[in-house]
Amino acid sequence: MATMTAETLSPDTAEYLLEVVDARKAFPGVVALDNVQLKIRPGTVHALMGENGAGKSTLMKIIAGIYIPDQGEVRLHGRPLALNGPLDALEAGIAMIHQELNLMPFMTIAENIWIRREPLNALGLVDHAKMHRMTEALFERLGIDMDPETEVRHLTVAGRQMIEIAKAVSYESDVLIMDEPTSALTDREVEHLFRIINDLRAQGKGIIYITHKMDEVFEIADDISVFRDGQFIHAAPAGELSSDKIIQLMVGREVTQMFPKEEVPIGEVVLSVKDLALEGVFEHISFDVHAGEILGIAGLVGSGRTNVAETLFGVTPATGGSIAIDGEAAVLSSPHQAMLRGLALLTEDRKETGLFLGLSVLENMEIAVLRDGYTRGAFVEQRRLDHECDEMTELLRVKTPSLDERIGNLSGGNQQKVLIGRWLMTHPRILILDEPTRGIDVGAKAEIHKLITKLAAKGVAVIMISSELPEVLGMSDRIMVMHEGRVTGFLDRADANQVNIMELASSPVEQPVVED
Amino acid sequence: MATNATQTPDTGQHLEVSRKRKRKVPTEVSIFLVLVGIALLFEILGWVVRGDSFLMNPQRLLIMILQMSIIGIIAIGVTQIIITGGIDLSSGSVLALTAMVTASLAQQSDYARAVYPALTDLPWLIPLAAGVLVGALCGLVNGALISFAVIPPFIATLGMMVSARGLARAYTDGQPVSMLTDQFTWIGSGANPVIIFLAVAVIFHIALKYTRYGKYTYAIGANPQAARVSGINVRRHLVLVYTIGGLLAGLAGVVAAARAGTGQAGMGLMYELDAIAAAVIGGTSLAGGYGRVTGTVIGALILGVMLSGFTFLGVDAYYQDIVKGAIIVAAVVIDQYRQRKRNKAA
Repeated sequence: MATMTAETLSPDTAEYLLEVVDARKAFPGVVALDNVQLKIRPGTVHALMGENGAGKSTLMKIIAGIYIPDQGEVRLHGRPLALNGPLDALEAGIAMIHQELNLMPFMTIAENIWIRREPLNALGLVDHAKMHRMTEALFERLGIDMDPETEVRHLTVAGRQMIEIAKAVSYESDVLIMDEPTSALTDREVEHLFRIINDLRAQGKGIIYITHKMDEVFEIADDISVFRDGQFIHAAPAGELSSDKIIQLMVGREVTQMFPKEEVPIGEVVLSVKDLALEGVFEHISFDVHAGEILGIAGLVGSGRTNVAETLFGVTPATGGSIAIDGEAAVLSSPHQAMLRGLALLTEDRKETGLFLGLSVLENMEIAVLRDGYTRGAFVEQRRLDHECDEMTELLRVKTPSLDERIGNLSGGNQQKVLIGRWLMTHPRILILDEPTRGIDVGAKAEIHKLITKLAAKGVAVIMISSELPEVLGMSDRIMVMHEGRVTGFLDRADANQVNIMELASSPVEQPVVED
Repeated sequence: MATNATQTPDTGQHLEVSRKRKRKVPTEVSIFLVLVGIALLFEILGWVVRGDSFLMNPQRLLIMILQMSIIGIIAIGVTQIIITGGIDLSSGSVLALTAMVTASLAQQSDYARAVYPALTDLPWLIPLAAGVLVGALCGLVNGALISFAVIPPFIATLGMMVSARGLARAYTDGQPVSMLTDQFTWIGSGANPVIIFLAVAVIFHIALKYTRYGKYTYAIGANPQAARVSGINVRRHLVLVYTIGGLLAGLAGVVAAARAGTGQAGMGLMYELDAIAAAVIGGTSLAGGYGRVTGTVIGALILGVMLSGFTFLGVDAYYQDIVKGAIIVAAVVIDQYRQRKRNKAA
């Protein structure tokens, strides 16, 4: 104990802007954090790495005052903080930029930023002119070019994110917490975000940065702390770590092969798409997919990749062009039609269009096969379904206490596995995967990659959309690149690399943009 | 140390989970306890205030259950609608309209002022079928408006609530339709309404739990977009759900007319709210995706016990309404609390 006290008082601890000491947080049935520490130096970006469920989010919520730790403390400038709510943290100088954006769509940018702190005039009414000037000054500082009077609902996700950041900065916070800030941003927007982060760093702020993207970490982070299963594992300057080393620390074992791609014999053309169009969204999309082939689709957010997938699956039926399955013309006017022709679509947004969050694992998994041979008259053959769902959870190694568990209680990776199971039960011949590993941890990712490979080996034609270039490169036999609703090129596995994909994805006419 | 557990390979141990279908205590059990509690409370108050037993009176209990049967039948239809994330405000008015139509086809031939003098003394099945059909038709219109005109369920069924009541009045210019045949009124005699109510409850309990119809209903309520992408024809299913809701309101109208021996345009006033209340008290979530017939049956019984109990104690009807309102709000507060807990877990 004596050493602890000495440490608290010694001048070298005060060199840390923010410290979390020996934090512990337990929820009924699970210890989310135990004996966790974190030290943020002023003027640095500190990345937190760990699989889902490693405790990063719990730790952030403790720092932001949302959770009260069972044990341990948070120190700002060497002084212990007593946080009883998010407002306490905000006033102490700690601001969190939430993953789910918390803005009011029908209010202007300025109103959103200064809410609760609106400048008042002599009559006690809101002084809009002054608020406008304050917003402009703030934007100038951050290099944001937006009209403060725009209503937030007109902004893109990236725009809203900028407003959230501006709002956090407006509190003059010393510590900013960013939880996967780039998950919905395009590369250009990420660049802008990083510029802002660099400015904030230069001003001596501490930025806690949570991400799953390895390349980002090395681009932006000064220090890295790794967590696993609620425990603090390791902290080091970014320069002393490699991405292999980080992954190893995160999973606690060597991940031998990130992309278990197998060469399998490519069969006949299963799906053939000619001149497919959806008015105002994409046009002239033509490609073939063969049995056993994995066709990757790459492109920036907004390039129309997801729209093509949804059109193939009948969610938004095509307005032009033709689709042939096994050489036979197919009209896919609804998801049901598409399913009858052997298609399956794992959608991009798990929460929006995939999960029935309030329902059980079983109810989530069985929903797509309730009409194909699992029913007798109107009745569902529940025992058979139970059995097959049981086998599927085992095959996919879904970690769940039981099939009756509410799916909302599972981790993102396990939720994704259940959704994959839902589609595997339909025995698809053409499987479309839209961002199959988004937001899930490294271990589950590798398992899903392995599974995709296995399916291709069994002769399933796979179309895989992904924003992660290493994934596209690692898994695909061929890569189709899209830009603004057009196909800009095909690359064979042997020729594809990050540079030529980015060239095609950026623009077919402009000078190629070379990224390193 | 050399036990079996330590010999299992590391990976196997890591993934070891029990996949048994473990049963949790369902919400219905706690609602049932509330019902028992309220009944016991009235029992005690009965002895204190009136020196008499509330429960030890079969006559009173039968009347109570009879009163609740008609609302109970509607409430089951409303429950499945609420599970899809919708609402039905029209059931009380649809009940009135079907009561008028069914009664007009069930009149005796020796009655001079029959609505259809040529259609009297018909076998009971005809007015029954007509009533149920009219109800289903109203539900079909609700469902079509919601699915194809994309009108919020609240507004579509509000429109139906007002229009169906008007139709019921216009049908005979506001005149009651009486002098019904004995074979028709038999439907509503004795404990028959209770039997019909329980039969409907059993059928829909099974339908919601063990059929595709039920599974799709829950899925649509939990996430309509995901339901669509899972190959469910969401629009068609919603039309079906509202049609069946209307059908049950129609059946309730038939039972109500048979029991009263008359069809009147003012019947079933505010029943839609009692039906929604029964569903909500029974644990059906207004957010959709959750609800059970058993809960709704208990919810209807709670409303019935309250009504009967207050009458037994001689409490004024105004005060009954005040307490009823409070209980409905309390049920929704509990629902919100449950949802928040769910979301936190997610």
